[in-house]
Amino acid sequence: MAEAFTLRISDELAEEVRALGAGTYPDECCGALLGREDKESFGAASREAGAKDSCTSRSVMGLFPLVNRRDDSPRNRFSVTSEDVMEAEKAARIQGLEVIGWYHSHPDHPARPSAYDRDHAWPWYSYVIVSVANGTPLDVTSWRLNDDRSEFVPEGIEIRSRAEAGR
Amino acid sequence: MPVRVTIPTPLRSYAGKLDSAEFSAATVGEALSQLTTRFPDLRKHLFNDEGKLRSFVNVYVNDEDIRYLANQSTPTKEGDLISIIPSIAGGCSR
Repeated sequence: MAEAFTLRISDELAEEVRALGAGTYPDECCGALLGREDKESFGAASREAGAKDSCTSRSVMGLFPLVNRRDDSPRNRFSVTSEDVMEAEKAARIQGLEVIGWYHSHPDHPARPSAYDRDHAWPWYSYVIVSVANGTPLDVTSWRLNDDRSEFVPEGIEIRSRAEAGR
Repeated sequence: MPVRVTIPTPLRSYAGKLDSAEFSAATVGEALSQLTTRFPDLRKHLFNDEGKLRSFVNVYVNDEDIRYLANQSTPTKEGDLISIIPSIAGGCSR
């Protein structure tokens, strides 16, 4: 049985994701989630089973906003180049973190991954989506692509105060 | 020719948690083929159903994108570093 995934994020960073989505509306925003896996969260069942992805929770410690390179269709598409990915990874390393996922917005669409999102996704990463309706940020959700690429698995979001998040 | 292939973070769980692996290969294609033979679960994330590299999978030989060289036919020499670097894409509608 698959173990539930959890993404921990401070209320401050969650609000920042919402603000970034609102700020680029009606275009999609995008950027990297910088953080770390929560080592204490390796599930016992996963360890015993030797599951491929045995860490069930991770914490977002920062954001790395990026330019949406899809200037041909920014209202319903985003793109982060390999060079941008390397920049994000460098920024994460400097802070002793790693890139644990990506965020983007869905202008006037629900915060659910599309078929296009799935077709272009990587496993392991957390994909945070913020829905923005008429410039107002609404739901924030997070997802992980499953091993056979057939679907995204929802990832629970645990919002903590800044003090609890350890920042 | 022994070459090293780096494995990006999102794929390491399918490669025994390795961040790189070494193969004897004369081309990028040979190296990737050996990579996915050793770690079969990588294949679906690197290649589409037609056996082509997925658009968001970027492969470099040292610092050069193979798209500007000879793609998977790019020859390799001893000591070359083949890097698999993600790009990220998505969007709200089909």
